[in-house]
Amino acid sequence: MDALMLDGNAVAGLLQEVFAVEMTTATVSCNACGRTEAVGALRVFRGAGIVMRCPHCDNAVVTIVEADIRVWMGFAGARMLQVSV
Amino acid sequence: MIELVKETARTKSIVLDPSDWPGHRAGQHVDIRLTAEDGYQAQRSYSIASAPDSSRIELTVERLDEGEVSPYLTDELRPGDQIELRGPVGGYFVWEPPQGGPLLLVGGGSGVVPLMAMIRLRATVGSAADTRLLFSSRSLDDVIFRNELERLQGDGLRVVHTLTRSQPPGWTGYARRVDAEMLAEVGPSPAELPRVYVCGPTPFVEAVAEALVQLGHEPRGVKTERFGPTGG
Amino acid sequence: MAVSRGFRGRRQLGADAARVPPGQYVTADFPVLSAGPTPHTPLQDWNFTIRGAVDRPTSWTWDEFRELPSETVTVDIHCVTKWSKLDTVWTGVSLDTLLELVETSGEYVLAFCDGGYTTNLPLDDLTGRKAWIAYKYDGEPLEAEHGGPARLLVPHLYFWKSAKWVRGLELRDYDEPGFWETYGYHNYGDPWKEQRYTGD
Repeated sequence: MDALMLDGNAVAGLLQEVFAVEMTTATVSCNACGRTEAVGALRVFRGAGIVMRCPHCDNAVVTIVEADIRVWMGFAGARMLQVSV
Repeated sequence: MIELVKETARTKSIVLDPSDWPGHRAGQHVDIRLTAEDGYQAQRSYSIASAPDSSRIELTVERLDEGEVSPYLTDELRPGDQIELRGPVGGYFVWEPPQGGPLLLVGGGSGVVPLMAMIRLRATVGSAADTRLLFSSRSLDDVIFRNELERLQGDGLRVVHTLTRSQPPGWTGYARRVDAEMLAEVGPSPAELPRVYVCGPTPFVEAVAEALVQLGHEPRGVKTERFGPTGG
Repeated sequence: MAVSRGFRGRRQLGADAARVPPGQYVTADFPVLSAGPTPHTPLQDWNFTIRGAVDRPTSWTWDEFRELPSETVTVDIHCVTKWSKLDTVWTGVSLDTLLELVETSGEYVLAFCDGGYTTNLPLDDLTGRKAWIAYKYDGEPLEAEHGGPARLLVPHLYFWKSAKWVRGLELRDYDEPGFWETYGYHNYGDPWKEQRYTGD
């Protein structure tokens, strides 16, 4: 447990700008432990950038770095993302 | 900004009239961004307290003494001021009447804000869903929306307070932090498959979520919204 | 974009502009930022290792590490999220001291940490009184949330390079991006050239 930790919902606004669809209800499977969770249930850490971690195994599933209009999104820890369009 | 309403010594509700507002769902939030004259920016998220309404939204903000944004919103903002906001956002922590109940809402301090939007929506549409709010506050004077919650009780809504720091004379209610025993006494049993929403400071949410799982509640039925280390 | 009337923010005004890199704001706070949960390695399990392109990997236990010559320095630090903090006081072991004890042909370093965080730097940026393994801040043992028991301290680069919870350095002949360098931040990170993001 980390007092600084937030839920994926905390980055809903940013995700919406990038993807133009509701992302926190999208589901993502972790490529370390294989479990599937709603993006809103990932654990958000704010370092130099944002890291969204698997609530089961702490794997860094999504990373987000924001410049002014550029956004880098890494999905290095995600095996699959399922969205409703 | 239209209006500022004092809720408790530390919290104020801010009524905003955003341009082109598409409406929102109960539980969603907005991202607010403030810009100083030299370009410095600060951004924070605030849950919407009001039930879905076509044009106005109400944010209930707790003033954190060490805060950078909340003191500006509660102390400095005047009717007519403009605020930059993005939203509504967050589809994960949302309740809609067709989803029904039973509902267990557990709030710590200002964590009650998105839960209040759900409760207000429930009242607006006349939902009869079995709804229980377990609300943790420091003292009776710190209970946000106290009078309104009292008025809305009944018709399937039950409000239970726990006051963790000080209690008024003659208080017979809970006087400790939310724990498994309290949740078992107040909430629906796991067998009833309630929808559970927990919101507040991160340590509060962690403790409650863990207790709920220990009691046998299905983790996927428990939705959490952590506010970070401060507040509550 | 619109200015929020009357908003000042928490930053300090009036700092010596020559000490503040472009785009930065001075703060009196010490914000806590982290890419992951705070590790809590017990000191009896802690060690610091230099390995990789060295003739022999070298490791120190906490007690051994604390016996190494240390120094106290006052430096300004600059986070890529735009806050700068001036005159911060740290105590630790200089990388010059540590690297004197190993022989290496490597030119690059990957710092590795509890929790899996990594960051990369040229070896030259760790030598010449530019870097430390710090275990005290402001005279007190470094708090876990700020990287304790020990963190890398490289004040001339953006602070994501000052890796918290550092457990060692891997020396290499080639450069490989660490965590943030892979995910969008600049490979080198000079605040005076505003090298924040990949491609800057």
